[in-house]
Amino acid sequence: MADFEIKDLRASVEGRQILKGVTLGISKGEVHAVMGPNGSGKSTLSHTLMGHPGYTVDGGEVIFKGKNVLELEPDERARLGMFLAFQYPVVVPGISMTNFLRTALNSKRGYDGKDRSKQVSPKEFRALLKDELEVLHMDDSFLPRYINDGFSGGEKKRAEILQMAILKPEIAILDETDSGLDIDSIKFVAEAVNRMRGPNLGVLIITHYTRILEFIKPDFVHVLVDGKFVLSGGPEIANRLEKTGYSEWVSDEPQEVA
Amino acid sequence: MATAPKVDVGSDYKEKYGFFVPEDYVFKAKRGLNPEIVKEISWMKKEPEWMMKMRLRSLEIFRKKPMPTWGADLSVIDFENIFYYLRASDKQSKTWEDLPPDIKKTYDRLGVPEAERKFLAGVSAQYESEVVYHSLHEELSKKGVIFTDTDSALRDHPELFKEYFGTIIPPADNKFAALNTAVWSGGSFIYVPKGVRVDIPLQAYFRINAENMGQFERTLIICDEGSFVHYIEGCTAPIYTSDSLHSAVVEIIVKKNARCRYTTIQNWSTNVFNLVTKRAMVYGDATMEWVDGNLGSQITMKYPSVYLMEPGAKGDVLSVAFAGKGQHQDAGGKMIHVAPNTTSTITSKSISKNGGRTSYRGHIKMYPGANNCKSFVKCDALLLDDQSRSDTYPYNDVDAENVTLGHEATVSKVSDEQLFYLMSRGITRSEAETMIVNGFIEPFTKELPLEYAVELNRLIQLEMEGSVG
Repeated sequence: MADFEIKDLRASVEGRQILKGVTLGISKGEVHAVMGPNGSGKSTLSHTLMGHPGYTVDGGEVIFKGKNVLELEPDERARLGMFLAFQYPVVVPGISMTNFLRTALNSKRGYDGKDRSKQVSPKEFRALLKDELEVLHMDDSFLPRYINDGFSGGEKKRAEILQMAILKPEIAILDETDSGLDIDSIKFVAEAVNRMRGPNLGVLIITHYTRILEFIKPDFVHVLVDGKFVLSGGPEIANRLEKTGYSEWVSDEPQEVA
Repeated sequence: MATAPKVDVGSDYKEKYGFFVPEDYVFKAKRGLNPEIVKEISWMKKEPEWMMKMRLRSLEIFRKKPMPTWGADLSVIDFENIFYYLRASDKQSKTWEDLPPDIKKTYDRLGVPEAERKFLAGVSAQYESEVVYHSLHEELSKKGVIFTDTDSALRDHPELFKEYFGTIIPPADNKFAALNTAVWSGGSFIYVPKGVRVDIPLQAYFRINAENMGQFERTLIICDEGSFVHYIEGCTAPIYTSDSLHSAVVEIIVKKNARCRYTTIQNWSTNVFNLVTKRAMVYGDATMEWVDGNLGSQITMKYPSVYLMEPGAKGDVLSVAFAGKGQHQDAGGKMIHVAPNTTSTITSKSISKNGGRTSYRGHIKMYPGANNCKSFVKCDALLLDDQSRSDTYPYNDVDAENVTLGHEATVSKVSDEQLFYLMSRGITRSEAETMIVNGFIEPFTKELPLEYAVELNRLIQLEMEGSVG
């Protein structure tokens, strides 16, 4: 059994069923890519896995560390070791990135304001930040800025990966992380993710295009169409999609232009 | 499911601020209000006759003026059930050790002596009706700065006092200004001489201890030309089942090129009616800044105002109101542009939860001839649930030419997207909500000295955690 088991997951949005039975096992050390055309259910998958309140689970389960995470609040899922890099990171005014990162890391470590031994020390926090900022080619001027406020597309995505690097999840879902990124940003992001790859991390990359997979090589690729996987296999599937797009399954899907 | 530590607001307030100590008072006037009590207060204070007459005249005005009905519901106040004058100690102390033990213990628990040691240039502590402790850094008094309680000022600086007292807010201004003038006691008196900058803040701490107490402090601040002062006031009271009344009057004069900042962190218990008149007269190129934080009380009605008297004068109001269950915060600001080329801004942030109600009430007036003035009002309301309420009552009155007047108002709820985002990083729902609220009032908090910003964020956190349980 895989470390993270999605079993027959069904989910709907506003009464419309989007996921129609998704089954997928991700083990630590593996990188899976879920690819699919627009409207296939990619973002429903990522949001449902993380517990967005706007998505209703109609059936199935997701087992991680012996728990059905679908029964947990998003914060509990995160503390269990899950992470979602958002396609559209949310702006929260008035809270600095530093404060946010520190609060998140403390929460992850189970610090609830009482047991100081669980609290990240300022020294450790600074060192951690410095290291990860470098990899992502970010400078620390963005730390006092409010969460995602006024960030460019590239800054937002890099900030997502920075959070991932700080929080060190065991299962990370990257939702369309390459969308809206220039080639340099993709490279930095990929470098940071590749640095984290290893026996302690399982990754699920959700993407429409194959571009990011040139930089983060997947072990497995799954094609999602109309809420179900229609094809699963190795990285060669990505190459096939690179050439033909989703035309095998969807007739009017536009080809990638860029 | 892992849950955040739950703190009940009421019980926590009780522990931190809501305690009371037994009354062992030197003098306690009878309940209720009549000329005899007013005379008694004046006699106890050994005041000059003109002050006693002014008090009695003000009592008449108070009696004649109808209760204001345009704002919060004040009909529940029983003026005859209130103690108008309580003297807890027969002397004012210059050291904390000199205070009666109960009173010293109170301020220790509130952390005032510690704050004084760390970051204040002067401290005044008012307990019930009288200021019981007072201090000012020696170098400031050498420079001619006066920071004393208002009763002492009447005694020790009679000319200065008489020149300004009641000139900015005359007794007939409104019912509660009349009440205050009739029974005022305590408060701060500050005079900053020409060109003197008081770089670290002066603070006054107002404490109500007895049940059904009425606290009527009177503050008068005079910033002479080119001077600067930052005055901070904090207020708390115990929790009683019946009501107390706090009705202060604050008069400020900011002369040419001077700047005055007046910061309030009010955290009254929810049985206090807080009805305060605050007004500043600002002259050429001078600046008045009201930084006004309203957390507690049952009802607050407070609209700090600035009269912009000469060209170049500038007025700012930055306020935050937090209304929980059973609370109504009716707050805002007034900017009266008397002279041309004057500018003002009002920024109001309000948060309502558990059925609490906040109102923004503001008045911008530009007199004929007050041309080329600029005023900008921004009020943002954050509602934490569907039972809570927020209203905006802006009044604009422009008779001048070539003016700029802007008004922006937003009402928002804590968004699901923001909550989900923060929670997806492992942050609990209650902590995420607190972060969003603290982020919302950040434009206010960043104007506070660090220690107060931390304290305010902590108070918000306590209020927020109470909503989860």
